[in-house]
Amino acid sequence: MSSTIVSLPDQSTARIPKDNYLTRENGILSWLLTRDHKRIGILYLISMTFFFFIGGALAGLIRLELLTPQSDLMAADTYNKVFTMHGVVMIFFFLVPSVPGALGNFFLPMMIGAKDLALPKMNLASWYLYMAGGLLTLWAMITGGVDTGWTFTTPLSTHYVNTNVITTGLAIFIAGFSSIFTGLNFIVTIHKMRAPGMTWFRLPLFVWANYAASILMVLGTPVLAVAIVLVALERAFGIGVFDPTKGGDPLLFQHLFWFYSHPAVYIMILPGMGVISEVISTFSRKRVFGYTAVAFSSVAIAVFGFFVWAHHMFIMGISNYAVLVFSLLTMLVAVPSAIKIFNWAFTLYKGSITFETPMIYAFGFMGLFTIGGMTGVFLGVSGTDIHLTETYFIVAHFHFVMVGGMLMAFLAGIHFWWPKMTGRMYPEKISQLAAVITFIGFNLTFFPQFILGTLGMPRRYASYPPEFQILNVFSTAGATILGVGYLLPVLYLVWSLKYGRIAGDNPWQATGLEWQTQSPPLTENFAVPPIMDHEAYDYEWLENQKAKEVASVG
Amino acid sequence: MSDSTAVEHGAEAGGHAHSEHPHYLLHHFESVEQQADASGFAMWLFLLTEVMFFSGLFVVYMIYRNWYYPAFVAGSHQLSVLLGGVNSVILITSSLTMALAVWFAERRKKNALLACLVTTLLLGIVFLGIKGLEYKEKFEKHHFPGATFSLESFVNPASDPVAVAAGDKPLPVDTAQRTELFFALYFAMTGMHALHMIIGMGLLVFIIYRARQGAYTTGHTQFVEYFGYYWHFVDIIWIFLFPLLYLINRH
Repeated sequence: MSSTIVSLPDQSTARIPKDNYLTRENGILSWLLTRDHKRIGILYLISMTFFFFIGGALAGLIRLELLTPQSDLMAADTYNKVFTMHGVVMIFFFLVPSVPGALGNFFLPMMIGAKDLALPKMNLASWYLYMAGGLLTLWAMITGGVDTGWTFTTPLSTHYVNTNVITTGLAIFIAGFSSIFTGLNFIVTIHKMRAPGMTWFRLPLFVWANYAASILMVLGTPVLAVAIVLVALERAFGIGVFDPTKGGDPLLFQHLFWFYSHPAVYIMILPGMGVISEVISTFSRKRVFGYTAVAFSSVAIAVFGFFVWAHHMFIMGISNYAVLVFSLLTMLVAVPSAIKIFNWAFTLYKGSITFETPMIYAFGFMGLFTIGGMTGVFLGVSGTDIHLTETYFIVAHFHFVMVGGMLMAFLAGIHFWWPKMTGRMYPEKISQLAAVITFIGFNLTFFPQFILGTLGMPRRYASYPPEFQILNVFSTAGATILGVGYLLPVLYLVWSLKYGRIAGDNPWQATGLEWQTQSPPLTENFAVPPIMDHEAYDYEWLENQKAKEVASVG
Repeated sequence: MSDSTAVEHGAEAGGHAHSEHPHYLLHHFESVEQQADASGFAMWLFLLTEVMFFSGLFVVYMIYRNWYYPAFVAGSHQLSVLLGGVNSVILITSSLTMALAVWFAERRKKNALLACLVTTLLLGIVFLGIKGLEYKEKFEKHHFPGATFSLESFVNPASDPVAVAAGDKPLPVDTAQRTELFFALYFAMTGMHALHMIIGMGLLVFIIYRARQGAYTTGHTQFVEYFGYYWHFVDIIWIFLFPLLYLINRH
């Protein structure tokens, strides 16, 4: 049994191809005015890394404050602003655009054999909107912040706080357009730009996952926009739509908000699931088990995702019958998610598994996402939800899905495609170490929070009863380890840009079309427009290709 | 729909199949058909997001109208069916001129195209002018929601000739207070609609400028066509807003 599938070209003779998307044009303007989907993907990657570390620093402050039971590091209202900003930055400026913005932009057109996304100008515009929204959020943060929580719950956000709600709302509105543009672009591209022979059921599952997420972006985001507009009008003019004294209903805001924001968690996780499908298949040398089921489970998640929003409001006075229906629907979403997990497990079964870094992250994803998803069912059942909601249980639940799931998938994807994006390998040993550190740090941070939640520690308070301290100390210690786990990749990935080994076209022996061209790719992606003449994840085809090449060279 | 546009453009493009690539064909598309197909599909998707945006407002409207029907009726009586009706006709006419503009662009008739575009723009301006008059009247009667909102027309309809003409009965104060929600939605929904019209008219000015240079009369009419979709969409929103806001209980 070989322990690795990595096959690199002879390092003494290998060179990075002179003509590629990085070298074709030079200068800062060639980046800022680019319409190349790959360059826009890189712009996204750099800027969202920046926002990730801002959100991460805020998370560090939160954990530091919670080290002690009293509110001592910062005042209670400052704490409110810090966790609000952590949520806003992480959700709207990291998780939502992460995989679609960086990896999707870069690889989706390549995977379907296209030269670019269908609407390159709109793609660039989406990055500018993203930056405008992000910078406006930072502006709101340094000019007084906002302390409503990322959910902008009414009437708190409309009547009881006097912080930068409108500015932050506007920033999210703008970022929403960026998300709509990305989603729209993906849908059009997948429908209209596929290479000859690239039928729907030959698409890599990464493409299917992004397609499903794009549907959610296009249908959900405008509803968030209108909810934000109404909050702004309520604050500016007192229109009364969410004001009980005028006959309005604050709960209506929740309906509108969660109509986007629940599907938004699937916007965040689905592209990550797409990455995992690619990675699991490549590193177990097998076609993804039940390809069709995995593809349709993405679409099913997108469809079900629109009909579960009210489970965020079980304790807020919606009718018992609504609770019943939404509880049932919520549990149904677990089915397609479980289909994915089971299919990945069956893909591993009798596969030739190797443990390169992306695969370690993918294993981390499978374990942590399973825990996150299962605890989601606890919260979907109204009886347990009434006990657990608004406690640390829910904080732990969505961090298991978002950080344990999505962020692991993002890092898996970054490592998996790094050789293609840059032409160079990352250092394998230290990155495996980083993946393990991340996994350990993550569990130490968030597992105690499940226990804290069941013990009844509420979320969003700067202070807590002293008997909860020991678990909070564990959690803060874990966050420190987690921080190291996230810092390491930044260091060694930057290092690898200059010193990494030359990757060659296809270091992983992967089957996707993006691997059948040079690394880094040409601006037009393929020297010869590809024709898809085999199924997705067809490793035999790849073997035959190689054999043919050897024969022709020989 | 996007398919049928594609066919239409396909037929057009067939004429110069063997000639050079037309200058408007972007590098990443294989053919003019594919480009038209993709951009048309994108436009329809964009309109779908707009539908979702307005749906949020319509849901809010639907809920409060069901809860506070008498207040919504009284509030609706304050709106002028005449002005609203005239505006509906104006907007439908502007959709006609917009459709004609696309038709003339496809037939490469520059002056007729310009005439239609300018007429569309003028009709848009008239619509917003009338809308402005209506808003002004609401402000004067303190029917704009907020601190200055006045219940006078609803608790004491005899003081208001409009309410008298509609035959309104005095409403109890708590019911009358709900008219504020009606006017809030009236301003939010027509305001959002007006905002879309203003954006559209900004684009229209740009299109007129480009049309004068002959940009749309050389066979590449897509931009005018897609703008037409947008303009019709804004029109359709009004077609829903008019009965929902002006015609409650007036059948």
